[in-house]
Amino acid sequence: MNSTILASIFSAEFAYSVVRVTTPLLFAALAALVCNRGGVLNIAFEGAMLTAAFCGVIGSAYSQNLYVGLLSGLAGGIGIMLLLGYFNLVLNANVVLTGIALNTFASGGTVFMLYVLCNDKGLSTSLKSLAFPNVSIPLIKDIPVLGTILSGHNVLTYLSFLCAYIVYLLIFKTPLGLRIRAVGENPNAAASVGVNVIRIKFVTLIIGGFIASLGGIYMSMGYLTWFGRDMVAGRGFIGIAAQNLGNASTLPTFLAALFFGFANALSNVLQTQNLPAEAVQAIPYIATLVGLAAYASSTRKNRKRKG
Amino acid sequence: MGSRKEPRGIKTAKDIERQFNVLRMLFAVSIALGIAFLIILLISKDPLGALRSFVLGPLSTKRRMGNILEAATPLLFTGVGVCLIFSANQTNMAVEGGFLLGALGGTIGATLFQLPPFLHPAFSIFLGGLCGAVACYVPALLYVRFNAKPVVSSLMTNYICMYLALGIINHLLRDPNAGFLASFKFAPTSLLPKLLKGTNIHAGIFIGLAVIVLGYLYLYRSKRGYEIRAVGMNVNFAAYSGIPVNKVIMNAQLLGGFVAGMGGAVEVLGMYTRFQYQGQTGHGFDGILVGIIAGYNPKFVLPAALFLAYVRVGADVMSRMNDIPIELVSIVQAVIIMLVVAERFLYKMKHRKLVEAAHRGLALGVAAHE
Repeated sequence: MNSTILASIFSAEFAYSVVRVTTPLLFAALAALVCNRGGVLNIAFEGAMLTAAFCGVIGSAYSQNLYVGLLSGLAGGIGIMLLLGYFNLVLNANVVLTGIALNTFASGGTVFMLYVLCNDKGLSTSLKSLAFPNVSIPLIKDIPVLGTILSGHNVLTYLSFLCAYIVYLLIFKTPLGLRIRAVGENPNAAASVGVNVIRIKFVTLIIGGFIASLGGIYMSMGYLTWFGRDMVAGRGFIGIAAQNLGNASTLPTFLAALFFGFANALSNVLQTQNLPAEAVQAIPYIATLVGLAAYASSTRKNRKRKG
Repeated sequence: MGSRKEPRGIKTAKDIERQFNVLRMLFAVSIALGIAFLIILLISKDPLGALRSFVLGPLSTKRRMGNILEAATPLLFTGVGVCLIFSANQTNMAVEGGFLLGALGGTIGATLFQLPPFLHPAFSIFLGGLCGAVACYVPALLYVRFNAKPVVSSLMTNYICMYLALGIINHLLRDPNAGFLASFKFAPTSLLPKLLKGTNIHAGIFIGLAVIVLGYLYLYRSKRGYEIRAVGMNVNFAAYSGIPVNKVIMNAQLLGGFVAGMGGAVEVLGMYTRFQYQGQTGHGFDGILVGIIAGYNPKFVLPAALFLAYVRVGADVMSRMNDIPIELVSIVQAVIIMLVVAERFLYKMKHRKLVEAAHRGLALGVAAHE
């Protein structure tokens, strides 16, 4: 049995599936990275992704247009982030509790609307929703192993990799990125040189919501082709953990997301191998905890904590 | 309390603050219910019927009134657990996982052990409490040892607890003759007695009430509880006044987890005859809502839990009699949480009252001097 597991792990198909399951985690991690840099890290990505997944399916099903689906998904996810921004930045609400509320809202609200629109509380399969296509990359697809791993993915998967680079440019190479980082690092200092802190934070949330929404849209219009109850299943949280593990820098965050993707894909493979499925399904979450502890203790050496 | 020293008729800032917290809570609840009504009006084909089921449904039969108390019982435990944990300013959401692990602990106690009647549930519930404490211990340890914020770690812990509990049930305690995924039957000696015929109200509600009383005494009338609240209010101040911050944070979370775990055990032993959860129960997150509505004071956990249970049962009745799904409750819950925690909500009104009181106080003070 062990040899079959090893064989399936060291195969090009497994590497392909790692890339596939990493996509939503990478989007979530990048969204968390942007928001962390801008000082508005929150846990509502989960809800934003779920809402985007739902709105994307609904939008594309009713318009039969992929771009309308994309836009409505983005609108849904960004809407959640703006709600968070309004309550957190304008009404001074605790960001964690608001995040819990919005996640509850997204989880219940999507099922509620699903029932109202298609009389089903679990799946949206009765709706004819659209999905983003898989694409083969001309030259790369002919390279023996690498071709199998890298080619034939969903458009959004390539977009997620591109997104990592765009986020890097945006945050570290543009004036807006500089403002975002300044506000995140020291809002008072930023305000003293004339930066509108609240506005920059809202912009950060919109960018974060945009990226997280892409992850949600990928879930229901790429990874799967329908919306299912609570289908994001903690990926938003794992994204935050990946960003944490990556110290809010782009490349380490990318690698951390890949690591969580690997753990996820591994659990998918092991589940088919007669191992207790529950133990395997817990792997990504345990990996996250270990990662959190490792990261937090590594930064702690530099800083003395009171108490 | 502060008002006793002040001249009569003058409200101190503390009084106004407290009044406004209550007012804001009532406002939040009304707005949330208003939104729910609006959604019902917009969506239902029979809005009046749906509204009637939602508002009056829970009181229409003895069975449904019983449902309210049954639904409130687990929330008493998770609510008090949240009060303990959040009072120390720890957003540790592992009460959710703690509840499920507590149910697992209760199941282990009720299926693998043989004890005399009274002792058996007590032992099982204690075992459940220990399991719940373990769940909350993980994020607490990560924070105290490694300084990892409990927000993400507790959410991860919840998933791990879920897979742990389901794994143990499905592989070690699963009854193959049950016909569905469930544990072996609980020993009859371990079950909590039902209190009222025709309902499922069980003795667990008394345990819940006892937990509320003890939780209140601990948190608001004991030195340990004071330390927890002091740490929660200002961790630096607490540290400088010699409170062992890490120890207090740890205690609060272990205790909160213990209470939540007790709740899990009480719930399965009172309501079911086997462990038959297939995933997270949501009672922990509901407990967070209860805690928020109660202002993290165990004293108010009972009304908060009853309120939430009432809304739940109302929505349940409505979803079965009419065309509105029960998930409406999540929307109501979300709105309540957001408005209650929004500090600036109704801030202007509060500010005006505070200024008025200050002016009046000043005027009286001047008059007294003259």
